[in-house]
Amino acid sequence: MFGNFQPASVEYLRFLPEILLSAFGIIIMMLEAVSKGKRTYLGVIALIGIAAAFAANAWAYFNGGPAFQNMILIDGYGAFFRGLVLVVGFLCILAAFSYLEREHAQTGEYYALILFSLVGQCILSTSTDLIMVFIGLEISSIATYILAGFLRDDTRNNESALKYFLLGSFATAFLLYGIAWIYGLTGSTNLEEIRRGLTQGTQPLVLIGLAAALLFVGFAFKVSVAPFQVWTPDVYQGAAAPVTAFLSAGPKAAAFAIFFRVFLTSFRPFSDRWLPLVWGCALATMIIGNFAALLQTNIKRLLGYSSIAHAGYVMIAFTAASQIGTAAAMFYLASYALMNIGAFAIISHIAGRNERHVKLEDLAGLGRREPVISALLAVFVFSLIGVPLTGGFFGKFYVFQAALNSHLVWLTVLGLINSAIAAYYYLKILLAVYMQEPATIAQESLPAPAPSLLVAIWASAIGTLFLGIFPSAVLSFASLSAAPFR
Amino acid sequence: MLLWYFGHMPTTYAETWFPVLIQILIALAVASAMIGLSALLGRHVRDPIKFMPYESGMNPVGNARERFSVKFYLVAMVFILFDIEAIFLYPWAVVYRQLRLFAFFEMLLFIVLVLCGFFYIWKKGVLDWSSDEQRRQQREAEIRRAA
Repeated sequence: MFGNFQPASVEYLRFLPEILLSAFGIIIMMLEAVSKGKRTYLGVIALIGIAAAFAANAWAYFNGGPAFQNMILIDGYGAFFRGLVLVVGFLCILAAFSYLEREHAQTGEYYALILFSLVGQCILSTSTDLIMVFIGLEISSIATYILAGFLRDDTRNNESALKYFLLGSFATAFLLYGIAWIYGLTGSTNLEEIRRGLTQGTQPLVLIGLAAALLFVGFAFKVSVAPFQVWTPDVYQGAAAPVTAFLSAGPKAAAFAIFFRVFLTSFRPFSDRWLPLVWGCALATMIIGNFAALLQTNIKRLLGYSSIAHAGYVMIAFTAASQIGTAAAMFYLASYALMNIGAFAIISHIAGRNERHVKLEDLAGLGRREPVISALLAVFVFSLIGVPLTGGFFGKFYVFQAALNSHLVWLTVLGLINSAIAAYYYLKILLAVYMQEPATIAQESLPAPAPSLLVAIWASAIGTLFLGIFPSAVLSFASLSAAPFR
Repeated sequence: MLLWYFGHMPTTYAETWFPVLIQILIALAVASAMIGLSALLGRHVRDPIKFMPYESGMNPVGNARERFSVKFYLVAMVFILFDIEAIFLYPWAVVYRQLRLFAFFEMLLFIVLVLCGFFYIWKKGVLDWSSDEQRRQQREAEIRRAA
């Protein structure tokens, strides 16, 4: 039974990003425990760890293949998402230096938790076995629950963490129950074997549907797809801004990665049954996200609802259930991650100490006070709207193209209408920045942004523009690696 | 006696239950050693708290809705964490013979990681319930209340 249990060394090397991230996370925790005084160097160590993991990921991609008895599979798809979450983690650490300094929360735990969460997301991106999916989801989630409540003396942080934790563990229970049903039906937790077991076997369709539905609930919660999106605005509003940036990009991308992989591998043979449901979810997600965002006055909450709406656009690509649909979703998530991190990084700066200024009206007159920051914010907002020359435009373009290719004309039309509606509330941000006069004359002037924060913002902006001007580089990689999912 | 026992298969009723007898004897020896040694070597404090009925370190008489220290939760949490981590040793022990050295090094790594966590909570002061000064003051206050 255990004859071939000992893994070959190449399998460890394919898993090296996760190993490196864990090792660096633990080193940071140990150093945090013994160090006194400034902790900034721990963040630098975390950045080095992520860079090393990124290099290891590239190596693993060129030496791809399964590892640990088909528990994980390093293919282009997995390597793409692994790289994406690593970039997200890198930017979120860079953006957090000055924030944590300002809030007097400069501790190693932030960096260690980001690294541990990345481990889970890397596992999610590459796993081909439901057990690994569950482990990855838990590693990622538990770290993010703590991150959501990172400023533990702040009541908003506490609220956010508690809601996220309670609802998140409830949703994970659904996922686990679904895995149990799948195992009962097919006797396997491997995605390919589940597919084989379900197509060859004579299991009642009702039970397959039940299992798929339970898995769907678990994943849909993590990517905040309607009707499981309720937690998103509360958690995004309450958590510290750099944490919100991380939550809205990293865990979401990784959860979408495994969402696509599970449903387009194991349940692909039954897709004509569940795709109408996904169609409905995509539409509901877009509508709920966009219409609720119209009414918001808090920027973080507004971006929380916008995050729901963007999950809806990715769900359109899901509904397309094709190679170009999956590729479009990959491109979309990459560009969404960059523009969202950029936007939240700017918010973390202009919110001021204790995040006092997070209302829309607090932005009034920002264009005159901070011309550079405002211009960068405009880039991210234009990308969120989907204006040409930004990553957001091509993301939407490819998603709708994929939907039309799969003859989803109505969904495409409704999606286009939705993105037109979304432009209204995004433009409200720019309106406040450039057109409105500040209500009170005596607005405190912001300190100059820290160099690390500026690097994070500029990197996100350049990435967003790069995806908008030269989309083909990323898209061709995405469509090549999306080949298994059609 | 032990050599004789393990030399052959147990045949009679008494022989079958012989290990249980040994276990009872060892348990008795350990328990009496603990009590006896602490009575002989331990520090004896005779104050009103010592003569109160024992109730997990809490005052057993009084309002049930008293607030108690958050450190109880911390300790409970740490206990659960290390308890669950220790559980992994059981399946490992079951398959150890098949996996041999590979399993040995995997478990070594695992235990090192657990110890890292232990080092962290130790350095973070989770195990320090209070400073000596705090402890002395608390004790005096409790003695005054109990008296």
